[in-house]
Amino acid sequence: MTRFLKATGYALGLPAILLTAWWFGSANSTNPFWPPLQTILETFPTTWTWDRIVGDVFPSLARLGIGFGIAVVLGVALGTAIGLSPTLRALSEPVLEFFRAIPPPVLVPIIALFAGYTGWLGKIVTIALGCLWPILLNTVEGVRGLEPVLGDTAKSYHLSPWRRLVFVILPGASPRIFAGARQSLSIGVILMVISELFGANRGLGAAIVQFQRSFAIPQMWTGVIVLGLIGVLLATVFKIVENRMLAWYVGQRQIERGV
Amino acid sequence: MSSTPATLAPPARSRAANRSRRLRRSRDLWLGVTGVILVLVGAETLSRTGIVNPDFLPPVTEMYAALFAMLGEGWFWEALWLTVRGWAIGLAAAMALGIVVGFVIGSIPFLRKFTSSTIEFLRPIPSVALIPLVILIFGTRPQSAFVLVLYAAFWQVLVQVLYGVADVDPVARDTARSYQFGPIRIARSVIYPTALPYIMTAFKLGAAVALILEITAELVIGVDGLGRELGIAQSSGAVPETYALVIVIGLIGVAVNLLARFVERKALWWHPSVRSEQS
Repeated sequence: MTRFLKATGYALGLPAILLTAWWFGSANSTNPFWPPLQTILETFPTTWTWDRIVGDVFPSLARLGIGFGIAVVLGVALGTAIGLSPTLRALSEPVLEFFRAIPPPVLVPIIALFAGYTGWLGKIVTIALGCLWPILLNTVEGVRGLEPVLGDTAKSYHLSPWRRLVFVILPGASPRIFAGARQSLSIGVILMVISELFGANRGLGAAIVQFQRSFAIPQMWTGVIVLGLIGVLLATVFKIVENRMLAWYVGQRQIERGV
Repeated sequence: MSSTPATLAPPARSRAANRSRRLRRSRDLWLGVTGVILVLVGAETLSRTGIVNPDFLPPVTEMYAALFAMLGEGWFWEALWLTVRGWAIGLAAAMALGIVVGFVIGSIPFLRKFTSSTIEFLRPIPSVALIPLVILIFGTRPQSAFVLVLYAAFWQVLVQVLYGVADVDPVARDTARSYQFGPIRIARSVIYPTALPYIMTAFKLGAAVALILEITAELVIGVDGLGRELGIAQSSGAVPETYALVIVIGLIGVAVNLLARFVERKALWWHPSVRSEQS
């Protein structure tokens, strides 16, 4: 029991101190950019009503989900193909190196040329393209770094190529795939916001910038907080999924380290 | 295959292995060049034949013509310099801050437990959430980009350094302590060598993230630099120039990655991961 209390104390201690400091430090603030925390919290329920959540937050998250999903499917498929064939890998390496190095927000003006930027299409393409590279490159590395004994064993058991893919290659590469997907997710959140800053439309990022342009500062702060919470929430969900699907790997690593 | 020490292998075989490796390497090089040429020719053909509207995707030759025209103009070099400067300053600050904070938090168990929940909470907050805030406070001045770059790169560095410090061998640390090493000496001769590979990873990740945020700040907020020129080129309909700037920014990204790899190799020449690659 005392142990549990201690752990809770450690987990909540610093956040509590920081929030208290923010609360009292900003209490009598007259600086328009740093409104009191109390004001921010009071405007929160009136700003983030159900209508706004349905109209702004859900579409943003849906676009992120679709774009990220496309990136995962494409990245794993292409990455497995490239990882399995040394020729394909040598052929595509410099090109991939270049595309990976392009900072994803730069794609926005290019995609705007093709798809326009008022609808969903341009935004989803932006998110998918930005998320693609970390997943793709990590899948290539994961497939390449597979234990050769595993591949030989599968071959000598006459597993069909399809079963080899599903039962040997993909599970073996999955720790790297998840590492890539985690990077992609944070890039995806960044692109979700950035893609909404171009062209007048709705969405979480658009709403926050709207507040900033109209100098509704406390509302803007609530938007920053919502965005932060979404980031934390997505990271938590991802970690849960990862721990579930990679339970075997985590256990194996612990044994190797002798924990 | 290459991790076998050279002294153990019979010389004749190692020479043959060397030759086959060299052959493979030159074959890979040529394949890579072929890949690049295929993409360039493919894009050129798509545009010239009109399969993709040339208004959206101009021929590659036109992009490069625009690029070379840009190389002769003052604003291009000015913007390039501002972008690289903003990236370097933000990254350097994030590295310095992240390493110092990471060493302090990492080597004091109480601080590590006390701060871990806060770090886990603050880290996933996307740095773009700060964009409206920095616009209000700094406007289009370079400080806007600096804050975003610093925030984004700092967490990458801090988390890696914390992993690195946690990785220190307890026996080595206790040995140093029983030899009466002071805290500074322990940091320098025990913690630092263990944490260095992690610091190099932090540099690699941080360098890439810093470039993303620097360009984002220029593109979205309008801080002077290549990103802003890109936005201007796109909104004024100068399509070949837009692509030319994207190519330049991509090449900066490649250069940043190569630099990170080079620094890693120089700093970690003694580390097994680098030595097995070279032998």
